[in-house]
Amino acid sequence: MSELIDILLTTGFWAATIRIVSPLVFGTLGELICERAGVLNLGIEGIMTVGAMSGWMWVYQGGDLWGGVLFAASMGALFGLLHATFTVHLCLSQHVTGIGITLFASSLSYFVYRMLLPSATTPPKIEPFQNYPIPFLSDIPMIGEALFTQTPLTYLAILCVPVVWYVLHRTPIGLAVRMAGENPVAVEAQGINVLSVRTGAVMVGSALMAVGGAFITMSWFDAFYFGMVNGRGWICVALVIFASWKPGKALLGALLFAGLEAMQVRAQLSSGAVIPYQFFLMLPYVMSILAMIVMARKAKYPQALLVPYRRGERV
Amino acid sequence: MQIELRDHTSLLRAGMAPITAVFATLVICSALILWAGVPVLEAYALLFKGAFGSAFALKETFTRSIPLMLTGLAVAVAFRSKFYNIGAEGQLYAGALASVYFGTGLIDLPAFIMVPFLLLVGALAGGALLLVPVLLKTKLKVDEVVTTLLLNFVMLLMVSYLIEGPWRDPMAMGWPQTASIVDNGVLPALLAKGRLHAGLIVALLAAILVWAVMRFTVLGYEIKAVGFNAKAAEFSGINVNKTVIYTALISGGLAGIAGVSEVAGLKGYLTLDLSPGFGYTGVAVAMLARLHPLSVVPAALFLSAIYVGADSMSRAVNIPTYIADVLVGVSVLAILVCVMLTQYKIRFRS
Repeated sequence: MSELIDILLTTGFWAATIRIVSPLVFGTLGELICERAGVLNLGIEGIMTVGAMSGWMWVYQGGDLWGGVLFAASMGALFGLLHATFTVHLCLSQHVTGIGITLFASSLSYFVYRMLLPSATTPPKIEPFQNYPIPFLSDIPMIGEALFTQTPLTYLAILCVPVVWYVLHRTPIGLAVRMAGENPVAVEAQGINVLSVRTGAVMVGSALMAVGGAFITMSWFDAFYFGMVNGRGWICVALVIFASWKPGKALLGALLFAGLEAMQVRAQLSSGAVIPYQFFLMLPYVMSILAMIVMARKAKYPQALLVPYRRGERV
Repeated sequence: MQIELRDHTSLLRAGMAPITAVFATLVICSALILWAGVPVLEAYALLFKGAFGSAFALKETFTRSIPLMLTGLAVAVAFRSKFYNIGAEGQLYAGALASVYFGTGLIDLPAFIMVPFLLLVGALAGGALLLVPVLLKTKLKVDEVVTTLLLNFVMLLMVSYLIEGPWRDPMAMGWPQTASIVDNGVLPALLAKGRLHAGLIVALLAAILVWAVMRFTVLGYEIKAVGFNAKAAEFSGINVNKTVIYTALISGGLAGIAGVSEVAGLKGYLTLDLSPGFGYTGVAVAMLARLHPLSVVPAALFLSAIYVGADSMSRAVNIPTYIADVLVGVSVLAILVCVMLTQYKIRFRS
């Protein structure tokens, strides 16, 4: 127990937590936007893989880092458009389409990686985002190093939380998005095109997911490995439920999970061989399931989630 | 763009859907083959030859199709009742673990009892694993897609722990693998040469059995009714939750049998690379089969051929083997559209 407290008191733990939280925040916010508009996006795992590969590849081929992030985002938006075309316009099963997108997107990423780097045995590296200490704030002991000595992408992730909240809850566009997920007929009655709103939301959400993937290869690590996303997308889907579709709570949930992951790495080291490492690695997945169970009775699903909208059809 | 329901779906149109989807998949993926600088027709000819071109290739294709038939059936049954079990991968490993637990010396029975016994415990293990998500869904309305997906990762780590720890075979020269299945528990080979084993018969029997259950029994009728319209089913007196739980047990059981068949029929022992995603490919198999149990057999053979053929194609010309996974992913999306077009028509107007 005292070991746990020791871990909690180190700056390294908090710095790691904030670092690890970034892809979860991007992914969870992305999924949240999609679901708020009424579209479950199970393509998230594949879209994060696309982001991880394309952003990294952009830089490896000589592009600059921010260009890579932008490229990853646009690739994500493209797969989002594909998902929206299938689920929003053609009204196909959101579950099956999402799984299909994940299979397609991740295998395509691996294929493209192998095409461009046919003979790379050890994954080549890029120069990733460096820590950018924010002047003055980073001088605060402990908090300064954990919160304000991070890479720009992490700041972007944290910044996205209030921005997404503001857009969703304080702007007409956000209202349209939320209404599309609650009562699409009412949106249509306002003269707003439900299909366009949903398509837009899925594209923006998917772009965020892809940036989350890009964070893994461009800020956290510096290379692209196979199976790198490793279920983080699915954890984000669980986190959205855990957060009751609210951006602020999504950040809290993501922090909880990131803290857990940062802790397990350290606990692994300190516990030696007493507890096999596999059980530590299981924690995030088991916790995700538990989180869904805890929230199950309270979960206020968007009313029109999973319900396709066909114009002129009686409800 | 407007989507309109067709008045009726002709049998021809319904039957053409999977064929059109396969054709569309091959056309779409030819872009990647062209990018690799290989003539498209030559590449597909190589793929075809690699899958069916020799006795060896044929045997490999059939061997590879066994787990795909079983996971495909598992997914097809579950999806029929709109229970989205994406956890066939984890259930496969649960079945494999059960077969290793009982089959590596704990008990030894004559082969004609031992083999069915291992299949049974594997099925029970697979079903038991799926019991968690299905109870969460029926009791607490927790989405089963996410829970089944997450359990895949948990199971894989569990296997990793067991084969590196307590179940590691001390005779394996340090490789993380379990001891071998006892001779009486091994699924016999079907042919003198090659790896084709009795798992094929198990898979085919399973397909026929599932078809019979779906076609002729009350449970099958209820599964279909729940999938078609759960509210109407409930209204007409079907216990929806009970039906979904039975569906899940059958589905998980089938995936568990896939694990037993791979361990006791093909590998002989359990390693972490037992399944290169058979559970996920099962989704593609089931969709291509339009969730029909008997159609799962040709669908599994087709996707198996793609994997086996792509392996040999990528050895002959310079195309990454991941092309097979891309083909599988695209086929899922293509079949979705093709099936929809049998039921709806799209009308464009300005």
